[in-house]
Amino acid sequence: MSAALVIFFALAALAVIGAISLILQREPIHSALSLIVVMVALAGLFLLMGAEFVAAVQIIVYGGAIMVLFVFVIMLLNAGEEERTNFSKLASYAGIPFALVVTGFIAAAIVHSSSALPAAMPKGTLTDTRTLSTLLFSDFVYPFELTSFLILVAILGAIVLAQREN
Amino acid sequence: MVPTNYYLILSAILFGLGIIAFVFKRNIIAIFMAIELMLNAVNLAFVAFSQSLGKVDGEVFVLFVIVVAAAEAAVGLGIIIMTARTRRTLNVERADLLKL
Repeated sequence: MSAALVIFFALAALAVIGAISLILQREPIHSALSLIVVMVALAGLFLLMGAEFVAAVQIIVYGGAIMVLFVFVIMLLNAGEEERTNFSKLASYAGIPFALVVTGFIAAAIVHSSSALPAAMPKGTLTDTRTLSTLLFSDFVYPFELTSFLILVAILGAIVLAQREN
Repeated sequence: MVPTNYYLILSAILFGLGIIAFVFKRNIIAIFMAIELMLNAVNLAFVAFSQSLGKVDGEVFVLFVIVVAAAEAAVGLGIIIMTARTRRTLNVERADLLKL
């Protein structure tokens, strides 16, 4: 077993354990901390694949900005232990089978179509950030400009939604 | 090197766990975190395909997904704050009426 495979399985186990912990924790703040574990593990996997810029953005934007926003809202609303209500019988019976069917369907599709994929990645290819930025500002320049507009609208929306009515 | 399939199957597992969290959690903030988990699973598949096919396009898509997730988090948490103020609860099953 190569070193890359060992690192992959360690990070994959960390990500899956974090995701399961997200489901099992009753306190929202504990769920948020579990989600941070998943995101850091995924950043490690991105680095393992050679996507260094995406790994850095994952840590800074997801692990930093978005999760700080979550933790801030949890503290602002003083969200305590999750209340266990069971109004919907359908969700309690259909939830796990539905999730298993979707996961199994995706995994089966992956295994079925695996022959179409190139067998292995070229060794030691680290995506050049220069290549990434050239592509982002040439082929994807219109989507890029649209995302700046989207963020502007999101800022306005967040301000309007969160302001206190007098 | 790690086969691309492993990454894709891990992505499917994380997506499935995200669905389970989405269905089973009662707290509206936890449900929102489940959505973020599913977006992360999709990002993993994008980067895996990008590396497997030797193209950088997939990584650009991941950057867009992260931007949209950030915008979604800002607006979604604004909605959560407003819901919590008007209904005095974070349980989605107690917020089942349009009328307050």
